[in-house]
Amino acid sequence: MGIVSSGFTGRRGGGKDLPPGQYLTHEFPVLSAGPTPHILTDHWEFTVTTESGEKYKWDWAALMALPSEEITKDIHCVTRWSKLQTTWKGVSLDTLLADVETGADFAMAHSYGGYTTNVPLDDLLDGQSWIAYEYDGEPLDPEHGGPARLLVPHLYFWKSAKWVRGLVLSDTEDLGFWETAGYHEYGDPWKEQRYAGD
Amino acid sequence: MTQANYLDGNAAAGALSEFFAVDITAAVGQCNGCGRTGVFAEARLYVDAPGLVARCAGCDGVLLRVVTTTNDTYLDLRGLTYLRISNSPG
Repeated sequence: MGIVSSGFTGRRGGGKDLPPGQYLTHEFPVLSAGPTPHILTDHWEFTVTTESGEKYKWDWAALMALPSEEITKDIHCVTRWSKLQTTWKGVSLDTLLADVETGADFAMAHSYGGYTTNVPLDDLLDGQSWIAYEYDGEPLDPEHGGPARLLVPHLYFWKSAKWVRGLVLSDTEDLGFWETAGYHEYGDPWKEQRYAGD
Repeated sequence: MTQANYLDGNAAAGALSEFFAVDITAAVGQCNGCGRTGVFAEARLYVDAPGLVARCAGCDGVLLRVVTTTNDTYLDLRGLTYLRISNSPG
């Protein structure tokens, strides 16, 4: 389960919705660079730390109390699979960051388990990203990043950090887990920005 | 129960043979995180990922990463304090 069949590499049904170099899958492959954290919602916490060190925290109940959105988006993994019209439920980062006072340009997403990925703050705002906690009408499975993951579908999916636990905002751009090992600092699938220098 | 999603360090032999003239999976490495010492073959290897990630069997800290890009291969060894490689053949 979770492994896309090597025989299913056609572009049927994809067409113009597929960025260059991508193939369509109807599966939901699981990629993991480490053990899967199993975080109980009772213990879950999401923290935004600004460039001045101020912290804003939400526990699970606080997240659930915020207005949620139903999201339908195509997702594109740098390992070349794309999955179209995926459906999620989550809280917009516009909502979470509405009262956060910051002039930062960059964000580093931090996850339970130690994963990090860098995203420009502008790419997290204006309806472009969410803290997603349901996939396809069900609570988000741990292997897909549950209880909650960052969802930034306009960038390669490694930016949509599983098991997200916070954002650290900064005036300078630091690089995350994959970005320090040769992957592109931004990761626009439509420009095929897979690797540093692309 | 969830299935283990890693392989043992021996599975890295092929990728690491690109860099090293010796079989690195038999080398003894020390984790820079917890200080655990063991043969590299004991590491937990995650391959269903954008790169190869070897983690310490003791603390799950990253020991080594390999990413192959279009023109280069990145080898990140910062999680290893050292690798001790025998001078004796076989």
